[in-house]
Amino acid sequence: MRNDEDVVRARHRVRELAQQAGLRLVDQTKFVTAVSELARNTIVHGGGGRLHAGLLHDGARQGVYATFEDDGPGIPDIQMALTDGFSTGTGLGLGFGGARRLVNEFDARPNPTGGTIVRVATWR
Amino acid sequence: MSEGMSVIEVVLREQRETLLAAWVQAQLAAPGVRTDLISESELRVESDRFLTALAGAVTDETSAPNLMDPRWDDVREQLTTLSRSRATRGFSPTETATFVFSLKEPLFNALRDTEGDLVALVWAATQLVDSLGLFTSEAYLRSREEVIRRQQEELIELSTPVVKLWQGVVALPLIGTLDSARTQVVMESLLQRIVETDSAIAIIDITGVPTVDTMVAQHLLKAVTAARLMGADCIISGIRPLIAQTIVHLGLDLSEVTTKSSLADAVTVALERTGHQIVRRKTPKPE
Amino acid sequence: MDRVNRIPILKLGHLLLVSIQVDMHDRMALALQEDLAERISQTGARGVLIDISGLEFIDSFIGRMLSDIAGIARVLDAETVVVGMRPVVAITLVDLGLTLPGVRTALTVERGMDMLPPPTAVEDLDDEEEAESAGDR
Repeated sequence: MRNDEDVVRARHRVRELAQQAGLRLVDQTKFVTAVSELARNTIVHGGGGRLHAGLLHDGARQGVYATFEDDGPGIPDIQMALTDGFSTGTGLGLGFGGARRLVNEFDARPNPTGGTIVRVATWR
Repeated sequence: MSEGMSVIEVVLREQRETLLAAWVQAQLAAPGVRTDLISESELRVESDRFLTALAGAVTDETSAPNLMDPRWDDVREQLTTLSRSRATRGFSPTETATFVFSLKEPLFNALRDTEGDLVALVWAATQLVDSLGLFTSEAYLRSREEVIRRQQEELIELSTPVVKLWQGVVALPLIGTLDSARTQVVMESLLQRIVETDSAIAIIDITGVPTVDTMVAQHLLKAVTAARLMGADCIISGIRPLIAQTIVHLGLDLSEVTTKSSLADAVTVALERTGHQIVRRKTPKPE
Repeated sequence: MDRVNRIPILKLGHLLLVSIQVDMHDRMALALQEDLAERISQTGARGVLIDISGLEFIDSFIGRMLSDIAGIARVLDAETVVVGMRPVVAITLVDLGLTLPGVRTALTVERGMDMLPPPTAVEDLDDEEEAESAGDR
């Protein structure tokens, strides 16, 4: 993922997956919006990266996940990034806090090869 | 052990027709057969398709097949679809699982005529059918849970209707205890109705709600905020003194929200805001 | 102009109407801001209606774009109203923590128009001038 068109493509792809997983419309919207935020983060702050997304199946439930990997400088203090104050709310902040509220599972950790890995998932 | 599977595969292919016939017969003879819910021809078609998928999936594997392996995708999909369809039609778990388990006897009979260690073959077949049967039961349960969840949602929506008071104003009388899930569904339906009826004012009346906890209060506030984002205003009415205290103690910010203690007051405000005025007639109408 | 698809801006009497139907990417959003600023100046419009009933997702970038448009319009002496936000989008915005500062909203275009300044006599004159110069283009 490198530019703003990729953000739109990411949204579309994830939206399809969320529909396939049978998420309710409001959960679909929330998940895709979270992906949009994180995709933009990856491009703007992470210097570009990769998105993996797919369906989840845990025997009893269906869900959708998305993982963002960037090779950027990484986030020095991930805990801080998760607090709302870090995001300026105008699109320039890291936006983790908001995105986290939109999904069931949120995990952000440093990438051993540099940069950050963020994984989000929502179940039906 | 892997020989067991390959023998089974051979049987599934070569003795297909007899196996199919015997299997369908076993299903029809089973105590829980529901010919009222499913026709014999449908059963036959389903069984036929399943045998094809099964034959395609069983190859020389170790004795306990890993059903999550992609090779079993088609089989799993058929079983999931079947379970879902049975669940929605009202079959019981046992009746649904009979589809798979009734394959055992015909399969054993077919194996009896082959060469090889019968005990080992029967064991392999048992493991296969059992794991398929278990999978079917799980899929059935999931479908049932899904049906129940949807019914609950419909019930919630039906029991908390959003009422259009007049052009531009809707009211949502909430009654009973609110839990998180119910509140969310109700709030979503309120916002939807606001759009459908083009109502810029929504009265949320909580006279009938005995207690409000943090989660519910937060959901209420979220709904009010969301409504405002859309261009509609909410008035919360029917706030009991106790609930008012709870809200303040929880530190919730209601400065943006219009609150009224009685529904009547809320209606008056809504009337005024929509440019109405209630005037009492000077002389009473003749009866 | 580069090859970015640009969102059309319609003149609705004394107001400008923008209808966002597609999933915008960032450059489109910026192009829209530029175009709007130009049209407002050109036409002297006092009101801008942005119809987002076609938007299925609003993230922080789009949210900021809307706030920025409202701000830019205000500086150019025009008011902005955003209409048609979908319920699921509103719910998502609340969870995201986006408040769209400086953006007024209404349920429909009609209601939005009621919130904007009415036409003045001078503006009718401007319409004629605009119609003439439009013939040149």
